[in-house]
Amino acid sequence: MFLDFFLLLRRHHLPVTLPEYLTLLDALRKDVAEPTIDDFYFLSKTALVKHEQHLDLFDRVFGEYVQGRESVPAEVLPDIPPEWLKDALMRELSEEEKAAIEAAGGFEALWERFRKLMDEQNERHEGGNKWIGTGGTSPFGVGGYAPEGFKTDKSAPGQGQRRAAKVWENREYKNYSDEVELNTRNIKMALRRLRILTREGAEDELDIDGTIDRTSRNAGMLDIQMQATKQNRVKVLMLFDVGGSMDDHIDLCNQLFSAARYQFKHLEFLYFHNCVYETLWKDNHRRKDRMPTWEVLHKYNKEYKVIFVGDASMSPYEITTPKGSVEHYNQESGLVWLDRFKAQYPHLVWLNPMVPAYWQYTQSLDIIRRWSGNRMFPLTLNGLTGAMKSLKNPKVTFEG
Amino acid sequence: MKFTGTEAYIATRELSTAVNAAVQLQKPLLIKGEPGTGKTLLAFEVARSLGKPLYTWHVKSTTSAQQGLYEYDAVSRLRDSQLADRGLDSDRIDDLSNYIKKGKLWEAFESDEQAVLLIDEIDKADIEFPNDLLQELDRMEFYCYELQRTISARHRPIVIITSNNEKELPDAFLRRCFFHYIRFPDRDTMQQIVDVHFPNLPQELMAKSLSVFYSIRDVKALKKKPSTSELIDWVRLLLVAGVSHDDLNDLDALNELPPYLGALLKNEQDSDLMVALRKRGARPY
Repeated sequence: MFLDFFLLLRRHHLPVTLPEYLTLLDALRKDVAEPTIDDFYFLSKTALVKHEQHLDLFDRVFGEYVQGRESVPAEVLPDIPPEWLKDALMRELSEEEKAAIEAAGGFEALWERFRKLMDEQNERHEGGNKWIGTGGTSPFGVGGYAPEGFKTDKSAPGQGQRRAAKVWENREYKNYSDEVELNTRNIKMALRRLRILTREGAEDELDIDGTIDRTSRNAGMLDIQMQATKQNRVKVLMLFDVGGSMDDHIDLCNQLFSAARYQFKHLEFLYFHNCVYETLWKDNHRRKDRMPTWEVLHKYNKEYKVIFVGDASMSPYEITTPKGSVEHYNQESGLVWLDRFKAQYPHLVWLNPMVPAYWQYTQSLDIIRRWSGNRMFPLTLNGLTGAMKSLKNPKVTFEG
Repeated sequence: MKFTGTEAYIATRELSTAVNAAVQLQKPLLIKGEPGTGKTLLAFEVARSLGKPLYTWHVKSTTSAQQGLYEYDAVSRLRDSQLADRGLDSDRIDDLSNYIKKGKLWEAFESDEQAVLLIDEIDKADIEFPNDLLQELDRMEFYCYELQRTISARHRPIVIITSNNEKELPDAFLRRCFFHYIRFPDRDTMQQIVDVHFPNLPQELMAKSLSVFYSIRDVKALKKKPSTSELIDWVRLLLVAGVSHDDLNDLDALNELPPYLGALLKNEQDSDLMVALRKRGARPY
């Protein structure tokens, strides 16, 4: 009976599945909750939603569903009757504007349109009443009409329990969906491939081979040997291209950044613009704090695995010729610096957020790709997996 | 029997619906929410109000799923077997179950009556940890290789899992759970919560301290917003020190920081921020 609700959720791309829907039906059959709309809201929320990011969307879809079923416009829009608005409006409007309203299909039509506008605004996640009131062409701005009049806010919270209708309309979870924590789990799983397990630190694990060996030598009397547990000690140096054309890929890079920061214990970040030259910077917001690239090369030994992240799209001169940088006079060309990296770090890859199909059209990209020995990988899950393999075995390349 | 909160724990209808759904349908309940909103406490209160034994399993970064089931102490068995000829009971050594240390899950499965099992801070463990528990939580049984038998729950325990969102949980795991996000309590609920903890708190002090608390929470730049547990601690301090609502009112006049601010703000930068705001005459409270 709630199948249309379930389908509505699916249509809004909420990741609900059939078993969860069956669970909900099961819960309803078992009388877990009272047969009220509030309890149905609570119950369906706990059974169907699994992420706080989805709660806001769920509230909106639920509102839409309830509205469609019960058709209670008073619940959605304020208690101000349209007639009252009409009177107030008519008083404010000039004859010309009144004529314009008539032309737009009369006040009823306008009211409908306003409501639709409101709904649309909600759906689009625009928030606020920006649309209505501003924008010189909007009919609702003509009368100098304060949008507050249309607000759907029914403040004055009741004593005791808040009504659920209020909860989903107020969209209390909006913040959680605004600051969406990007789902980086699959990126983390891909990064996990880059593991170098070594034994260091406290000896807290039984060394079975050692114990057997020593015990046999000890004529069968037990001689326990301990060893340190294996841990991932891989050292990673990441260099991010920032600004310019990279702005298009900022979301993807953020995801990679947050996944990497969690996944590697020994991880260093540096930033560059377009190509590496004699300095790099440590903090993207404070570009003045530069670090000489020589210092980087000296500080991080060749055990470090180097990951460049950039679209490698620029003028070819920025790579191949001295003084080619768009930002400053560089004494040595970018390629010289890149070669220094290649000489120092046997394990390096370049991750490119651009779609590989377009790679061949950019000359600079081709130069860098050749420089890396085809170790440029697309910033996709598969590409990332390939890149991690390549960092362990440089013979793994991406031919795309 | 339905859970509706206890005299020491205010549960919103939303939360109790989620708990009751999980209890009735025998599925784990995953609880998330800001730190200090009573996620862990919920399991204790559910166990108390339903009169069921509670087993708590606190997860750490080194915890593996196996530890919740059982651990086989091969070393002490080996040691015992070496000492057997020195008079130690050899029957004991032959019986493997003497060397199996039961984990919390096993204990909860074995309980004579239905138990409440708390898996606290599941996000602290390794990223694969929840996947390793899928079968165990779904079927409420697992296989013990050493004893060569399947351990299944005599009564399916009520499982409550808390997470602080440090790691994303796998979808397959989430699908098997009911989920509830504890929102930060609004003022009315908060008043009830404080009431429960301090029944004798004067009304004026309550109102004033709550408004100071909420206005501090409203400061957007705070790194760590004070939560319910911090408020409770702070009110307790105010009571012990005999601070009255007049003292809190005087703050406005004297342009001072609230007393015992350290109970609310745990972060040095946040305290500095409050001092800076006061200097600029932009005190939030």
